[in-house]
Amino acid sequence: MLLKRLPYILPLLIFAGIGVYLWIGLGHDPRILPSALLNKPAPEFNLPPLQDRARLDGKSEELPLTTASLATGKPMLVNFFASWCGPCQVEHPILNDLAKAHDVTIQGVNYKDDPRRALIFLGQLGDTYDRVGRDQDGRVAIDFGVYGIPETFVVDGKGRIQYRHPGPLSPEIAQNTILPLLESLK
Amino acid sequence: MRLIMLATLALLSIAPAAQAIAPSEMLSDPVLEGRARELGKELRCPKCQNQSLDDSEAGIAVDLRRIVRERLVAGDSDAQVKDYLTARYGDFVLLEPPVKSTTWILWYGPFAVILLGAIVIWRIAKRNKARLAASGADPDDDDGDGWEITRR
Repeated sequence: MLLKRLPYILPLLIFAGIGVYLWIGLGHDPRILPSALLNKPAPEFNLPPLQDRARLDGKSEELPLTTASLATGKPMLVNFFASWCGPCQVEHPILNDLAKAHDVTIQGVNYKDDPRRALIFLGQLGDTYDRVGRDQDGRVAIDFGVYGIPETFVVDGKGRIQYRHPGPLSPEIAQNTILPLLESLK
Repeated sequence: MRLIMLATLALLSIAPAAQAIAPSEMLSDPVLEGRARELGKELRCPKCQNQSLDDSEAGIAVDLRRIVRERLVAGDSDAQVKDYLTARYGDFVLLEPPVKSTTWILWYGPFAVILLGAIVIWRIAKRNKARLAASGADPDDDDGDGWEITRR
């Protein structure tokens, strides 16, 4: 009986399936896409350090940020930021917390910024970056496939990209995604 | 007066469509610039996702347009330029998705659905004809209005 009705029920079921599929799709943020570099080594780059940063905290040496600085055997974050970027200010305390409370190494890429303003930004909001490289023309950001800052990448101990988060970090993402991922990469 | 109006219209008709490309961005070589324009139409601005590179004024679009031109001047083919960008931004930067195993449903799905529908219709028509024949009516008497089943 049911089998005989199947030709009538089946299209309805298919339609319902498509409907559910599209409904779920509506809830997705189209900006959140996985990095095209997933599981691949970070691009080759060599960025000059942010000058006078040592004066800020009195300890950090001003070292260039290079591809080699990402492959230290320890997973870390690479954060693209700029002083002119509002959401970067919003997420900055979360980065500070990750570095201080959870001992996360974070490399900063200062994107198309005025170095003096970048220093003021770090002076006001705190500087917990390991190294800060200056990406003056934004080419390194493009090599990373950055759409717009802030963007944060999780890099494993061999310097391979494992995760990309576009937009500002939220405490939830830091807690539920970033930290467990870093832990699993150790 | 009419002449002025016609002249204005003629001028407007040859004016290029509004684009975000600044004159300073353009290449002096018209052939390369032409190729850059074609690519700019086929590539997506990653920041403002429903605009092409050429239509967008986002900073990243300006940078990517510059890179497209750099690659062309360096002698890259159009395909190489696209590869350069997809290596960084994924297939997503291509406004037209490539035909590959993960996009077969996208490309061939509609044709499969049409084919399936055609088969269903063909089978129903065949069955109706068989029923008509079984009931003794002349199948060729069918006036094609599809009411044969209920009439019987």
